[in-house]
Amino acid sequence: MTQLALVIDLNVCVGCHACVTSCKAWNTSGVAGFLSDDNPYGKDPTGTFFNRVQTFEVGEYPNTQTVHFPKSCLHCEDPPCVPVCPTGASYKREEDGIVLVDYDKCIGCKYCAWACPYGVREIDEHRHVMTKCTLCVDRIYDQSLPEAERKPACVMACPTSARLFGDIHDPESTASKAIQENGGYQLMPEWGTSPANHYLPRHKQEIKVREEDLERVDNPLKVDGRLPKPALKSPSLDDVTSW
Amino acid sequence: MRPALSVILLTTLIGVGQGLFAGLYAVQVFDRIGLIHGPTSPMFYALGCAIALGFLAVGLGASFFHLGRPERAWRAVAMWRTSWLSREVIVLPAFMGCVFLYGLGHYLGWAQHPIVAGLDATLVIGAVGAVLCALLFLCTGMIYACLKFLQEWHTPLTVINYLLFGSASGLMLATAYAAIVEPGLVRFFAVWAAGFTLAALLGRSASLIRNARLKPRSSLQTAIGVKHPRIVQSSQGFMGGSFNTREFFHGMSSAWMRSVKWMFLLAVFPIPLALLAAGLAGGVFPALLAAAFLVQYAGLLAERWFFFAQANHPQNLYYQRIS
Repeated sequence: MTQLALVIDLNVCVGCHACVTSCKAWNTSGVAGFLSDDNPYGKDPTGTFFNRVQTFEVGEYPNTQTVHFPKSCLHCEDPPCVPVCPTGASYKREEDGIVLVDYDKCIGCKYCAWACPYGVREIDEHRHVMTKCTLCVDRIYDQSLPEAERKPACVMACPTSARLFGDIHDPESTASKAIQENGGYQLMPEWGTSPANHYLPRHKQEIKVREEDLERVDNPLKVDGRLPKPALKSPSLDDVTSW
Repeated sequence: MRPALSVILLTTLIGVGQGLFAGLYAVQVFDRIGLIHGPTSPMFYALGCAIALGFLAVGLGASFFHLGRPERAWRAVAMWRTSWLSREVIVLPAFMGCVFLYGLGHYLGWAQHPIVAGLDATLVIGAVGAVLCALLFLCTGMIYACLKFLQEWHTPLTVINYLLFGSASGLMLATAYAAIVEPGLVRFFAVWAAGFTLAALLGRSASLIRNARLKPRSSLQTAIGVKHPRIVQSSQGFMGGSFNTREFFHGMSSAWMRSVKWMFLLAVFPIPLALLAAGLAGGVFPALLAAAFLVQYAGLLAERWFFFAQANHPQNLYYQRIS
């Protein structure tokens, strides 16, 4: 069974919000309708976003790390938002594991948002239905796009390739290998939701300075130094070169 | 969580309707098995059912204001296999139908004509109604109790308290109602109202104590998957508000929360009990008994507000800092 998902590498995310804006741009322009965007340049801007980049400071000054943390729907393998939906508008696709909302069935009761521990569902305040990340389902299967572009908009936009997209049930996929090889983990494992999206942990950055980087092994001066020393009494060019 | 007025009204009003119906049916059953003397006129049941139906209908009406797309509310019956909300949407109208038929049966005098084994139609309809009444308490409570990461709600006490509060307030109304139309039944209702109020005091105290000792299972460490003991959010990713910052934070101070807690503890338990006692001391004073119900209902509004506000959603971990 296929389970499409994002794998986000926290080592390389620089927190530029390109995934946020590209997500908004793609999803507000789609056939499913616009995403609310009120007072975008005013005093109290608000609107619907499927993806956010948050920033956390880890550690105590001066030993701190800044972690940029993109967060969107994790497309849980056991999504708590689906069984609570009274209308069946919230569902998980059998064929690729994407969790979607049928905007024509949603009654806007917000119960699914209450049932999501990650806070990734947002009610759209103009369409009055629950909205969420679709993993760009209207993009990734679009035959009219070149194959390389059949990826979620956020993945296409990421300048540092911090976002990988693929089938995490296929052990040969780039996404699966990234999880396997880098210790990819899930968020809030304590609730047993088994999120499909994984995060690659920060690994310790060390500057390795070897001795040969500071001093050349084949330093000609050292080679000269290994020549036999001239005897004290032997003739020399001048006093400087004798010792 | 931010308490929604529509949901506060829904849960408190249908509780009153359920409790009142349960009280009426209990009178009929107790009368039939000879424990008490029933009402002098069947109109007592019919009018009582009309009042209960009024509360249920206003509660149901209030719930529509919670929906973004109320015109599609009928779709909510679809997922009864998995969703407690869907089950409530089915059980509530079915229960209202039973209350209507039960009241109509008494109005038309069905109680005088046994159909089988000495049972008349109203007793049978009432039994179905009583089962649906209990199921409705279960559904309403489970809507909240089934959300495991809302730890304040994820306990059997949630369902028990919905049952106890609904019954107490409904019986409190039944007491006031009987004081006006059927004084012979006042003491019967008053005893049950007081009993359920005391039981609710036990149940709610238990849940308050439990919630005060809760340890959140989620932390910033599990939320972002970094093990370091010290993590501080420096930006939630946007500077304005969003659904996440509005829906899941009640935005009130802890002093406000404490005062609401003490307000409802006073208004739901001791004051109505004192009014109940005063209303029955040396005669029956309908005004005092009506006041007992009104004070308790007002207290229940505060109780329900507190119930919602106290739930701390784990998503709030992600929305701590604007910058």
